[in-house]
Amino acid sequence: MTETTYTASRATVAGPQRPPGKARRTGRGARHPEGRTPRGRSWRHSPLQRMTPWLFLAAPLALLITFTYVPVASMVSYSFTDWDGVSPDRNATGVDNYVQIFTRPELFRVFFVSGYYLAASVLQIAVALYFATVLSFDLRFRNFFKGILFFPYLINGVAIGFVFLYFFQDGGTLDSVLARLGVGTDHAWLGDPTSANVSLAGVSVWRFTGLNFVLFLGAIQSIPGELYEAAELDGAGKWQQFRHIIAPSIRPVLSLSIILAISGSLSVFEIPYIMTGGATGTSTFVIQTVKLAFQFNKTGLASAAAVVLLAIILLITWIQRRLVPDDKVDLV
Amino acid sequence: MGKTRTLTGVLLAVTTLTVAGCSGGGAAGGAAAAPADPGAVSGEIKVLTHRTDLVQNGTMKRYAEEFNKTHPKVKVSFEGITDYEGEVKIRMNTKAYGDVLMIPAVVAKNDYPKFFAPLGPKEELSRLYRFSDKTEVAGKVYGIAQFGTANGFVHNKALWKRAGVTQWPRTPAEFTAALEKVKDRTGAVPYYTNFKDGWPLVQWTSNVGSVTCDAKATDKLSGPVSPWKEGGELRTVDTLLHDIVKRGLSEKDPTTTNWETSKGLLAKGDVGAMMLGSWAITQMQGAAKDAGGSPDDIGFLPFPAQKDGKFCATLVSDYQQAVSIHSGNKPAARAWIDWFTGKSGYSDKEGAVPTLKAAPMPATLKDFVDNDVTFVERSEAQTGPVNAIDNAAELGLNKPDYRQKLIDIARGAQKGSLQDYFADLDKRWDEAAKTAGS
Repeated sequence: MTETTYTASRATVAGPQRPPGKARRTGRGARHPEGRTPRGRSWRHSPLQRMTPWLFLAAPLALLITFTYVPVASMVSYSFTDWDGVSPDRNATGVDNYVQIFTRPELFRVFFVSGYYLAASVLQIAVALYFATVLSFDLRFRNFFKGILFFPYLINGVAIGFVFLYFFQDGGTLDSVLARLGVGTDHAWLGDPTSANVSLAGVSVWRFTGLNFVLFLGAIQSIPGELYEAAELDGAGKWQQFRHIIAPSIRPVLSLSIILAISGSLSVFEIPYIMTGGATGTSTFVIQTVKLAFQFNKTGLASAAAVVLLAIILLITWIQRRLVPDDKVDLV
Repeated sequence: MGKTRTLTGVLLAVTTLTVAGCSGGGAAGGAAAAPADPGAVSGEIKVLTHRTDLVQNGTMKRYAEEFNKTHPKVKVSFEGITDYEGEVKIRMNTKAYGDVLMIPAVVAKNDYPKFFAPLGPKEELSRLYRFSDKTEVAGKVYGIAQFGTANGFVHNKALWKRAGVTQWPRTPAEFTAALEKVKDRTGAVPYYTNFKDGWPLVQWTSNVGSVTCDAKATDKLSGPVSPWKEGGELRTVDTLLHDIVKRGLSEKDPTTTNWETSKGLLAKGDVGAMMLGSWAITQMQGAAKDAGGSPDDIGFLPFPAQKDGKFCATLVSDYQQAVSIHSGNKPAARAWIDWFTGKSGYSDKEGAVPTLKAAPMPATLKDFVDNDVTFVERSEAQTGPVNAIDNAAELGLNKPDYRQKLIDIARGAQKGSLQDYFADLDKRWDEAAKTAGS
């Protein structure tokens, strides 16, 4: 790279990103480069220094490429073959796997199960929003409650699966707690499809409320305190404060949560896989894909299914962004 | 200067490795013949095994020490792998999958010659060993079974006696009647499905062959033969399971069962019976001892079906040991397999059916031997095509899913009737057989 292009590119790069004050200073520096920063010039031109950002980037980029992009590329390439996952041979079958996926309606039936999780995530967002709002005001034991709400998210999903297996067992935690409360029940919680899916979705709510809660809390706490003060002076109650100050200012985070909820509901895996293995009508699209790949050795078909799921999620996200554009929020 | 030298060193090491890799590759393709003189065979071999418990408690090391008494120049090391199937499957895409390994179920039979060294011609090995046809491709055998198992119901004899059942049930109807008695007279859970863990449901498939005393019963499934048609063995087997559940003779909430707990339940007499392989008997006896009971209470029942007044029990092979085609020490690896299968006493200790034809049946199967149960060694001639159909149909004869659905139907958790379900299974099987066969 020559000196002129370097200066030019630096100027363009620096221009729009820096706040105005800093940009002015850089501009001055560019006008008198030799006089102002002779030493700076020399280090900027040393090859090692120019390499520095790339050296810092090397590790994350290498990890990202090795563990994300290369596997995704291989997965896409497998999806056009009939590979069984082990054999050294594989035959290219073109779009045959995709044709199979779209001509077998039973493969899509499992998306009905996602409905349970989608309904659950509405509840989850509501609960998280409620607690985030309440705990953003000054409250006794505020940090303690924050900790309690966030804690489940920190537990490994597999561990949660096992814990709740005991919880829902016949005569397990749930049954004995209900018995204490005088509601003796003989219900097998994971026994029939509706009950099992509701139970599993409930576990999912328990696990992920913490994440939504923290996102909302962060957004709410970034609202300047003067706004509340001003609102109170104007006689606004807590509900009005929520309606006119909090709600609009967390809209971007809310829409992010909704995207996460939808893509999460479509690709539920850990909790049902650990707890029921997809039996009794709790199979999800990802469980089905895993079974295709590792039980029936249809790695090619399973890769195609994974690609289709990715496409569906991207599509839904795109539609959502079109319907609800992410406006700039300006409260002041 | 220092840097340069390190670099040279690294390059040299890489080159050496490459050359070594090539020479190893050169050896690939040869057969793993048994060495003539056990004292002369030498080399280091690594054995991949699913028995992590035996590696950790030093049992495998003791076997290796015993082996070294006759084969002093062979150094054996073990690698226990918890998720054996999953991990070895991926490692088999490379060349580093040990010298001796258990053949993962996922490898297609026709691919054996690409991964494993042939151990000898079929005639020679089948004279000595059981189950050798399971790994035979084009006249050559690629694996030797560790041991085999017979299938049947592990049951608590003491409990059954209390219920007044002392005779072995001879038909499925007699069997469910016996379970009814256990339920009514003792209050125990007569049968435990292990629905949640799933794999114990797979054991039911091994009864194919026991019902009609036919070693080739599984082979006959290759093709559009509607396995669940009237009179089909799978129909008999699955109908029994269905009836047990439908009549409320199994545990109340199958979705939260637990295998480890179930051992104690059976040992204590809280559970009457479970369908398992004979390998489970020693584990149940251990559980009985832990629970303060007597190991003698644990009994083993054949599948309730008779042919000419005799019970039959299908013998199926456990994991087969093979030599990697990339192994640099094939004679040593072969010597280990032969010794471990025939001379180590491993199968006897596990209470399993020995692979060696000359060896006697284990003490755990004493009931079967005394009562003249016919052992039928399952023919594996058509295992490849049968598995191909099974996978193409996404049905899973050796996976729990379809029986989990069967149980769900039986207990009313999912809609449908048994007849419709069998018809659907038949349809899927036959359709897949038509496409997979071509």
